[in-house]
Amino acid sequence: MSGHTFQNKAIRWIDERMPIFTVMQHSAIDYPTPKNLNYWWNFGSLALFVLVIMLMTGIFLAMSYTPHVDYAFTSVERIMRDVNYGWLLRYLHMNGASMFFIVVYIHIFRGLYYGSYKAPRELLWWLGIVILLVMMATAFMGYVLPWGQMSFWGATVITNLFSAIPLVGEDIVTWLWGGFSVDNPTLNRFFALHYLLPFVLVAVVFLHLWALHTTKSGNPLGIDVKGPQDTIPFHPYYTIKDLFGVGVFLLFYLFFVFYAPNFFGEPDNYIPANPLVTPPHIVPEWYFLPFYAILRAVPDKLGGVVLMFGSILILFALPWLDRSRVRSARFRPIYKQVFWLFLIDCIVLGYIGAKPPEGAFITIGRIATAYYFAHFLIVMPLLGRLEKPRPVPQSISAPVLKPAAATAQMEKV
Amino acid sequence: MADTASHAHGAPGQGETRRDFLLYATTAVGAVGTAIALWPFIHSMNPAADVLALSSTEVDLSPIAEGQSITVTWRGKPVFIRHRTAREIEEARAADASGLPDPQKDEDRVQKAEWLVLVGVCTHLGCIPLGQKTSEPKGDYNGWFCPCHGSHYDTSGRIRKGPAPANLVVPEYTFLDDNRVRIG
Repeated sequence: MSGHTFQNKAIRWIDERMPIFTVMQHSAIDYPTPKNLNYWWNFGSLALFVLVIMLMTGIFLAMSYTPHVDYAFTSVERIMRDVNYGWLLRYLHMNGASMFFIVVYIHIFRGLYYGSYKAPRELLWWLGIVILLVMMATAFMGYVLPWGQMSFWGATVITNLFSAIPLVGEDIVTWLWGGFSVDNPTLNRFFALHYLLPFVLVAVVFLHLWALHTTKSGNPLGIDVKGPQDTIPFHPYYTIKDLFGVGVFLLFYLFFVFYAPNFFGEPDNYIPANPLVTPPHIVPEWYFLPFYAILRAVPDKLGGVVLMFGSILILFALPWLDRSRVRSARFRPIYKQVFWLFLIDCIVLGYIGAKPPEGAFITIGRIATAYYFAHFLIVMPLLGRLEKPRPVPQSISAPVLKPAAATAQMEKV
Repeated sequence: MADTASHAHGAPGQGETRRDFLLYATTAVGAVGTAIALWPFIHSMNPAADVLALSSTEVDLSPIAEGQSITVTWRGKPVFIRHRTAREIEEARAADASGLPDPQKDEDRVQKAEWLVLVGVCTHLGCIPLGQKTSEPKGDYNGWFCPCHGSHYDTSGRIRKGPAPANLVVPEYTFLDDNRVRIG
């Protein structure tokens, strides 16, 4: 690392012993960023912003929360009524979970559209999937903590997924519960893990950023940076753009926090957990619905669980399933349409996940599930062979700086 | 792109520019906004409404015979209520208040001479002094003795000897009638 010379003596003193300021200078200020990023590139930093909010609100909520079956529900109600600004912290945290998934899903679909998973960014993509998996585990266990009806039955259903594992399934479930049903030991360990996993998340996010800063950011054209003329320093150009994004995001987020705080929630979770009565219609939180639909699409216990986990794990193989050498969907006329079809398929799965498993919903769910996997296993590999991509520009600057010359170049390609 | 940045900062010697103003204004708004957003987090650690609701305790004094002491809980702390004997009152009043480490007259520490009400927490480092039970040491001044670091309190709960800097605190209290007192 080429040392940066700082004016301030104290900063220089520290930096010579541990180059923390040099690292910050390189990765948050000078970091050369493609100059053509659009607003879809805001969602990475936005996700980090939400993670910080979740950590902050979560740590302060934990100060007033009691992880015990007899007190959990009332301690949450106490947070809502008695703790100073407890309602605000809880609603920020509760809606923050939904915001986290909205932001991360957009971030993932950005990656799918612009081919962000392709070489040399496969590891970056993988770390992103790990983040998604850890997020899901964290969100699930957090939802159990208020110990309402949905918490309890959500915990029961999700942990029972593991009972589908042949031979050892039942033992694993007993181990997860720490007993013979979801009970106090389960709640206790879920609280411990819900507190731990966000810090694991921070560590994986750090690796994600490390990988990002090694391969550098992609861009909407999906072509490599050719030289300094294609980049601008991260600060002030993207710091201010990210900050503007944070402002717009906060308007959206705080609208729900202040005006519709229970919009994403289930009213049944305001009924204390009752191990003797299952609510008539149990659904997971909205961000799990597509996966829930896949689970229910298969009329076999093990098969459903395998497909559900497979639907996320298949993303790991995506860099090799997509054989096209062009990254951005902008230059892939067929993939561009298939992408939207896939997005619609995911929304359909989400809709089916919220509906009771009966009649036409079952059929639609099965078709949508089949298409989900076909997209990855059939469409993507085939497109790589059959699709004729449009010519990509010579460089990021070329079409802007010398329109005529660039067009001439593009025609040759 | 480096030129763009330096141009925008204004030509050399031109002084402040519109961009500088925007930078300072944005930073100021951001700093104030962050500070305001932090307040709910900090305030959530202050006593909650249900804790504040428990900030007074009523005590029935009638079972306490002369010379006896009881300990009640108020805000999670022990409060000593001693039904003082005439001799204890005399001892407390006889001391030369101005010569004490924390000068205070006994008359200023009680509402009724026979009832002494104190927060039973040593003003040194928060231990609970001994002397409530007859079997416990009462210190050199017949009041209370803190076993942690050896502070001696007299029959008015005033510090007489040892490291504690101040007298035992007299909480706010009111007599509801002759036999009932409300602390807090």
